Amino acid sequence: MKKVLSMVLVAAMTMSLLAGCASNDTASASTDSSTTQAQADSVDTSDTSADSTDGAAASGETFKIGGIGPITGGAAVYGIAVMNAAQIAVDEINAAGGINGYQVEYNFQDDELDNEKSVNAYNNLKDWGMQILMGSVTSGCCVAVAAESAKDNMFQITPSGSSVDCITNPNVFQVCFTDPNQGIAAADYIKDNNVASKVAVIYDSSDVYSSGIYAKFAEEASAKGLEIVSAEAFTADNKTDFSVQLQKAQENGADLVFLPIYYTEASLILSQADKMGFDTKFFGCDGLDGILGVENFDASLAEGVMLLTPFAADATDDATVAFVTEYNKRFGENPNQFAADAYDAIYTIKAVLEAGNVTPSMSVSDICESAKSGMTSVSIDGLTGLAMTWSADGAVNKAPKAMEIKGGEYKLIQ
Amino acid sequence: MNRFKNNKKFRDNIITYLLVIVIFAVVESLKATGHISSLMKGLLVPVCIYIICAIALNLCVGILGELSLGHAGFMCVGAFSGAFFSKCTAEVITVAPVRFILAIIIGALVASLFGFLIGIPVLRLKGDYLAIVTLAFGEIIKNVINVLYVGKDSEGFHFSLKDMVSLHLKEGGQVIINGAQGITGTPNDSSFEAGFVLIILTLFIVLNLIDSRDGRAIMSIRDNTIASESVGINVTRYKLMAFTISAGIAGVAGVLYAHNLNSLMAQPKNFGYNMSITILLFVVLGGIGNIRGSIISAAVLTLLPELLRGLADYRMLIYAIVLIILMIFNWSPAILELRKKYSVRNFIKNKKTKEVE
Repeated sequence: MKKVLSMVLVAAMTMSLLAGCASNDTASASTDSSTTQAQADSVDTSDTSADSTDGAAASGETFKIGGIGPITGGAAVYGIAVMNAAQIAVDEINAAGGINGYQVEYNFQDDELDNEKSVNAYNNLKDWGMQILMGSVTSGCCVAVAAESAKDNMFQITPSGSSVDCITNPNVFQVCFTDPNQGIAAADYIKDNNVASKVAVIYDSSDVYSSGIYAKFAEEASAKGLEIVSAEAFTADNKTDFSVQLQKAQENGADLVFLPIYYTEASLILSQADKMGFDTKFFGCDGLDGILGVENFDASLAEGVMLLTPFAADATDDATVAFVTEYNKRFGENPNQFAADAYDAIYTIKAVLEAGNVTPSMSVSDICESAKSGMTSVSIDGLTGLAMTWSADGAVNKAPKAMEIKGGEYKLIQ
Repeated sequence: MNRFKNNKKFRDNIITYLLVIVIFAVVESLKATGHISSLMKGLLVPVCIYIICAIALNLCVGILGELSLGHAGFMCVGAFSGAFFSKCTAEVITVAPVRFILAIIIGALVASLFGFLIGIPVLRLKGDYLAIVTLAFGEIIKNVINVLYVGKDSEGFHFSLKDMVSLHLKEGGQVIINGAQGITGTPNDSSFEAGFVLIILTLFIVLNLIDSRDGRAIMSIRDNTIASESVGINVTRYKLMAFTISAGIAGVAGVLYAHNLNSLMAQPKNFGYNMSITILLFVVLGGIGNIRGSIISAAVLTLLPELLRGLADYRMLIYAIVLIILMIFNWSPAILELRKKYSVRNFIKNKKTKEVE
């Protein structure tokens, strides 16, 4: 009898726990559950206009933009940059009267660099009433979330998810270059400007970004007749000692080392190459942006390093200066390229919503349809490029800028 | 009915089954009436995955008494073999449930094969060697998959450990495992219902194994190896059996995982050392050797960090504190004493004795 009773109690407790979870959660998501439900319904069926207006009326006529990225763990630097920069953009927009006269609400959720957690964050934002998604920050998470957002037909723009798989669905657009484009652009630049003829590559095989760029770079290089004399990989578990990779490059007589990696590892490579007395040119992609800010790194070693990047924090145009000053004031550091991408992403959302005359009372799916057609017609002058346009497949058209580090500053190569 | 009254074990098992079925029914009805948030809906499959994993590890840690720190590795093996199969046959087998069932069987077989191979040398040893070897296994598997490139074209399969370019695929070829980018575009076959069926199946296998002659042999090895050897039990054989089954079940969880998300990558976050520890955490907090406890703790601890999202930055901090409190509540001798004194069971008993008086 006792057993039976305890069984019933356990079952009841667990049930109440699970049931409680559901109701608590919707309540804490700051919209009442009926709103969420109405919106969810309108996504599913997208025929009940009464439902969708109902939902918007209850949410107070604001645009709800959600963001997803890692703000804890190893890749937190990128997620935090995106979160902060988007916050600046949203605040500016709100201060200037919002989008189409409606204020913008912004909510950023952590995904811990885990695909599964990223989808959880997405679902959480949906409960909050998100209408447009700016995220995810990293490629892998972005692919997982894009599959979900396609089901809901929610407009999604990723600031920095650069893999091609991110934009296979028609509702997803990118602000950054795709990895293949960067690889091709880098190979073209090196060949066309006669920077070098024998190239060594050091890349991170465990990183989607790095291996994605390398794969296309290798393809384009062989097509263009650029000789790759050594291609050495490292992995996330093994990224402190690069002497083997550098030695290979030196032995094979490389006159340029291509580094499609992030700046933390690149700074180590530069100092180790210096110790070995390996004097050569280094060439990188947008991941190298930020190398001058690495702690305990002798910035003079980076002299002469070339990189293709859409953004440099010390550019002197008004928009960049204003953004960098504001970011510095609020967060006490220089923004990196991820921050600039996120800032542009928010302004892109603003532009397409204004182009389509979208109001918050429209259903998520209608906003998406309008924004999708708007994306192919807008042209944005952002921090990461002038006159950015998008094709229907979601990739951005903007010119990469080739920078060279001279006198401790990023200088545009003319 | 007599069996229900007289056999404590049987009663316990029925309670475990009922618990799972009742929760399933409640969640299903909540889903049908729309009283469940999107977040919860998205969490249902992961909860099933981790419950299955926790049961698998409990079989290894609680019943067999061997510590394994590589169950995320077995999950990884199952996930990639299952997803590989599904991706290859997505066009051939168009009936999703059939394909999914085949994928599960393949995932389970491959994972148990790896478990078997690792077990052959290691389970002959005494001591904590299994923990060390499985720990290494998990890391090795993750790294191997990160450099593995597999493609398919009209000529068959191409393998490479270098990069995508050296696969030399023909026109129209398809890269299936793309190194660090893993497998993208696995069909989305997992569902809460499938997860539920798999949990029941897992429970059925594990609980029946425990109650069988083999199960008693396994537990006797845990309790005293020398004594069980002396009565003629083939220690290595039974150890291998339990460990292989445990690995296979973890593989099933992996297949479920692979078919839940669109992109499958072997990252430290999902298949690394930390994941193995998390699964061990479910088992330890739920009670080592207590299958029902594993189910409850896996469910609660998977849901907890997501439900704390409202607390923003303090989320992971609070999660850690909750874990410490749970640990103390479960194992501290002083608390155990208190729990004995003020338990519901005691309360009822006292009442009864008073009534009698």
